[in-house]
Amino acid sequence: MLNVYDILETIRMIQDECLDIRTITMGISLLDCIDSDIDKACSKVYDKITKCAENLVKVGEDIEKEYGIPIINKRLSVTPIAIVSAACKKSPVKFALTMEKAAKAVGVNLIGGYSALVQKGYSAGDENLINSIPEALASTSCVCSSVNVGSTKTGINLDACRLMGHIVKESAVKTVDNQCFGAAKLVVFCNAVEDNPFMAGAFHGVGEPDCIINVGVSGPGVVRAALSKYPDADITEISDIIKKTSYKITRVGQLVGVTASERLGVPFGIVDLSLAPTPAVGDSVAYILEEIGLEKCGACGTTATLALLNDAVKKGGVMACSRIGGLSGAFIPVSEDAGMIAAAKCGALSIEKLEAMTAVCSVGLDMIVIPGDTSEDVISAIIADEAAIGMVNSKTTAVRIIPAIGMKEGDILDWGGLFGSGPVMRVNQYSPSKFISRGGQIPAPLQSLKN
Amino acid sequence: MRAVITVIGKDTVGILTKVSGICTEYNANVIEVTQSVLQDMFAMIMLVDITKLNRNFTELSDRMTALGNELGLKIHTMHEDIFNSMHRI
Repeated sequence: MLNVYDILETIRMIQDECLDIRTITMGISLLDCIDSDIDKACSKVYDKITKCAENLVKVGEDIEKEYGIPIINKRLSVTPIAIVSAACKKSPVKFALTMEKAAKAVGVNLIGGYSALVQKGYSAGDENLINSIPEALASTSCVCSSVNVGSTKTGINLDACRLMGHIVKESAVKTVDNQCFGAAKLVVFCNAVEDNPFMAGAFHGVGEPDCIINVGVSGPGVVRAALSKYPDADITEISDIIKKTSYKITRVGQLVGVTASERLGVPFGIVDLSLAPTPAVGDSVAYILEEIGLEKCGACGTTATLALLNDAVKKGGVMACSRIGGLSGAFIPVSEDAGMIAAAKCGALSIEKLEAMTAVCSVGLDMIVIPGDTSEDVISAIIADEAAIGMVNSKTTAVRIIPAIGMKEGDILDWGGLFGSGPVMRVNQYSPSKFISRGGQIPAPLQSLKN
Repeated sequence: MRAVITVIGKDTVGILTKVSGICTEYNANVIEVTQSVLQDMFAMIMLVDITKLNRNFTELSDRMTALGNELGLKIHTMHEDIFNSMHRI
C-alpha cells in the first residue's frame, strides 16, 4: 500500500530539491534520407524529423502533468550528419539549417547530431562537416555538434585533435557577439556513445534502431538533501545513502521513459542516470561534494569524493531501470553548476583539478571558459589530454570549452538559462605546438586487446 | 487506475469537503484518506480511483491546483505509478 511518508518524500524531492527529468530525447535515424542531391536529402530529413517527433512535446507535457514531475527539456538527436551528407560532396550547412527548422517546427529546444566520427581517420563527408561547424553553429540556435576523435579500440586521431583546436576557436570567434556561444554547442569526444540523451553531445548512432526514446534524469539537489541528514555517517554509509537516493531518482526516469515510449509508439531505449546539475540554487553536484566534507569543490579530496559519488550513482541506478545507457555518472559542467561557478571564481577549482576529476566521472572538461587568446594548439592539446584519459580508462571523455574572445582570466561569460555563466579560467599557456603538428594516430592501447 | 491527491499547507476548515466535492464532480471515487500533521504542516493524502473519470486527468489536476491556490495550500494530483515505482523494487 502507498505510504504517507513515501508520498511526502516524493513531493518534497520534486518541490524543494529540484528532482526532475532533465530530458526526453528522441533519437531519429536519417539513414533513409541520404541522397546525393542536397536539397532532396534536406527535404527528406525535414519530413522524417517532423513526422517522428510531431507528438513528442505534447506527450512530454501530458506526462509532466500526470506524474507531477517537471520534464525540463524535450530534445532530438539524429544520425551523424557527416554520414548523411557524405554523398552530397559539398558543405552540409544546409543540413544544419534544416535541422533547425525541423526542431522549431516540433517545438524542441535543442537538436544534436551535426556530428562526425573520425577516431581512425577521415572518410567522405567528415572533413566537409567538421570545417562547416563554426558556420553551422553561428547560423543556428538549436543545433548541437560533436566530433569523436578517439576511442580505446582505435587510439586517438591527432590530426583531428589539431583540426578541432582550430574549429573550437573558430566557433567562438564566429559567435563573439553572442558570448561566444557557438563553442558551447560543440563537444569533442573520445569513446562517444551512440545513445546519449544530453546535449550538446547527443547523436543517434548507426547501431541504434530507426527511432527511439532516451531519458535523462537529474537530481543532484535530492542527493545533497539526503546526505545533509547524516552529518556523522561514515563514508560507507554515505555511499549507501547516495545509492538508495539514486535508485529513487532513476526509477522516475524509467517510468517516464516507458510511458513516453508507449504513448509515442516508439521503442524505449535507455535511461541515462547521470546527475546533471543546473545553475539553480540547490541543483549542484559540487555542493554534494562539499556536503560530503570539502570546504570547496576543487580542494584536495575532490577526486576521491567524486569517484565515490559517481560509483554510488551508478550502483543505485542500475537496479532502477531495465536498460542503462548514455553517459550515466556524475556531470561536472562548470558553468552549469552553482557550486562549480563559485569554486572557479574564488580560485579553489582549477583546470588541472578538473582534468583529474574527469578520470573518475562521466563527462569531461565541460562548459569551461578559457582565455580568448589561448592558442589553437593549446586547445588541441587539451583535447588530446582528455582523449587520452578516456582512451586509457575505457570511458567516455569529452571537451566542451569556450574561448572567451577578447576576455582574460577573471572575466565572466554569461549565457543565462540552463547554460549558466562561467569565469575565464587559467590555462597553462606553454606551447605544445611541436607535438600537435606531428599529426598521425596515437595507437590504440593494450587495453583494447580484450579477446 | 488510481491517483494520489496530496494537500499540503496550513489546516483550514472544509478542505476535505472541497476536495471530495471536486472528486465527485469528476466521478473519481475516493478509496482512502490519510491525514498527518508534521511539524504543524498539515498533509492530507487521498487515494482516488480515476478509472471512470468523466473528464481528462489534466483537467482534474488543474482544477485541484486552482483550488489549492484559492485556499492558500498546495494540492498535487499525481498518478499513483510515480510513487509505486520510486519506492518499490
